Amino acid sequence: MTVVPETSPLRRVGRLRSLADFYMTAMRTQMQAQFQYRAATYMYLLGMVAEPVIYLVVWTTIADQSGGAVGGLTAGEFAAYYIVWTLVRTMNIVFTPYGWEERIREGELTGQLLRPLHPIHYDVAGFAGGKIPWLLYYIPIAAVLTLVFDPTFDVRPTEVAVFTVAIWGAYLIRTFNQSALGLVTFWTTRVGALFSLYIVLELLLSGRLVPLTIMPEWAQTLAWLLPFRWTFYFPIEALVGDLSNQELLAGLAMQLFWIFVGIGIFSLVWRYAIRRYTAVGN
Amino acid sequence: MSEPAVRVEGLLKVFDVPERDEGLKAATKSLVRRKTREVRAVDGISFEIAPGEIVGFLGPNGAGKTTTLKMLSGLLYVSGGEARVLGHVPSKRERDFLRRISLVMGNRNQLQWDLPALDSFELNRSIYQIPRPDFLSLRDELIELLEVGDLVRKPVRQLSLGERMKVEIVGSLLHHPQVLFLDEPTIGLDVTMQKRIRKFVAEYRQRHGATVMLTSHYMADVEALCERVIVIHHGKILFDGDLAALAGTVAAWKTIAVALENGAGDLSSYGEVIHRDGDLVTLRVAKAETARVTARLLAEQEVLDLNVEDPPIEDVIELVFAREAVE
Repeated sequence: MTVVPETSPLRRVGRLRSLADFYMTAMRTQMQAQFQYRAATYMYLLGMVAEPVIYLVVWTTIADQSGGAVGGLTAGEFAAYYIVWTLVRTMNIVFTPYGWEERIREGELTGQLLRPLHPIHYDVAGFAGGKIPWLLYYIPIAAVLTLVFDPTFDVRPTEVAVFTVAIWGAYLIRTFNQSALGLVTFWTTRVGALFSLYIVLELLLSGRLVPLTIMPEWAQTLAWLLPFRWTFYFPIEALVGDLSNQELLAGLAMQLFWIFVGIGIFSLVWRYAIRRYTAVGN
Repeated sequence: MSEPAVRVEGLLKVFDVPERDEGLKAATKSLVRRKTREVRAVDGISFEIAPGEIVGFLGPNGAGKTTTLKMLSGLLYVSGGEARVLGHVPSKRERDFLRRISLVMGNRNQLQWDLPALDSFELNRSIYQIPRPDFLSLRDELIELLEVGDLVRKPVRQLSLGERMKVEIVGSLLHHPQVLFLDEPTIGLDVTMQKRIRKFVAEYRQRHGATVMLTSHYMADVEALCERVIVIHHGKILFDGDLAALAGTVAAWKTIAVALENGAGDLSSYGEVIHRDGDLVTLRVAKAETARVTARLLAEQEVLDLNVEDPPIEDVIELVFAREAVE
């Protein structure tokens, strides 16, 4: 019998094909689960829309009262920003540290650990699959927002292409950041406080609360050095902003950098964290 | 001689369990200084299980049974000693190892809650990379063996506990594991369902030559399936051997069930009367006295029927634990 070494190219190709098969199946399974609860998904999406609509109403009102613009952005540009924001927000929903907390505390990780596949794949594939029905639900919401708020859109095909890649980049950065944070549960069993701090930083430094261009200079510099900006502001700007091709490519490169940093941190913490798993609750 | 499927030597698992007294004062104190207590859940156990063997792993709650199974399936890191399953160190959780084992827990759902079990089976096919023809043939074989053809198309959340357990077992075996850890697989199930699962485990093992390690609080499970048992208590092994020999080793008595022609009078001179139901009396008699008492009963009474038996396994196990407590 010929034994194929674990590291041989043949094995690697086989492994990639296996992973692709798993991702397709898991995404399909998750889509089916999403369609099972249409009403709940709609309610959830409506809840999600509330946040940008509030920002939108506030900023368009301020812009109108300030002679048509705030920080160089017109009411129409604010509208475009927050309508795309809604899509980005929908697409970068990930498995949260609260999910990890419950999973670890209740021993739910057990089933996944028994399988020959790292549990992170279930989250990446599952949430990616769930986004496809969500995209379909987003279309009517975006249409209504467009009719009501009259956004200013001036989009090039390159920007659409970069945006399409960037929303998945944002998804992966948030996945690994929040999963690494979730692993802290192996030590503390309650990760809520740390996650709240993460969300505050994200709100301020990602472009989630306000477009970064109207933040102070120092905040913009800080945002450039942290991962948050690449999960909200960059994908939105890629579509509604006026970035050059070079800036678009640099943005994608930064996303790639933060994805690798996230994977690195997650893998390192995982190595130590998993030794502490007590598989309680079953 | 072939390599054992499971080999455990001096296996140890220690948990640091936080503890404090009741009340606000103790809670405030624990904010500053946390007290923990060391608990030896598994305390240096050793055993081997041959390929294809089926072994009952018995013990009261908290004895260390599930902790041992979790270490053997790679869920928990060991604190000391060594474990090998199919030649692998379980805690390394190598893919080739995980592909060859399965742990079924009676109280844990591993299927997609909202979808029919068939969808979860398909997901398992992709995870374990089972070639489709093999997957379909084994899936259908398992569905037929457990008679769940009409259940696998319903969302899992709509199944009863027993039904869910059966489809759960199908899902756990699709990758054709060579070693099967069953942790209370019949817990909470009615008698008919328990019997069906027992029959299935025996058939699966026979057809596929799998090694099985089973924990159960139902002695009927153990009696029906296991020739060998390992009894564990306080993390230590108290007995490892034939189920039949356990009674002989531990219990110094036998029971004699006797039905009499003219109604049962006072039989206390023959032994301790432990049960009486009309004309049927059950006596507990010292093992060495059994032959003599039986002969006396046959000679002195109008006997319709007489059975000499080892004590029920539940009583034997209880005795093992009681003896350990005294020692």
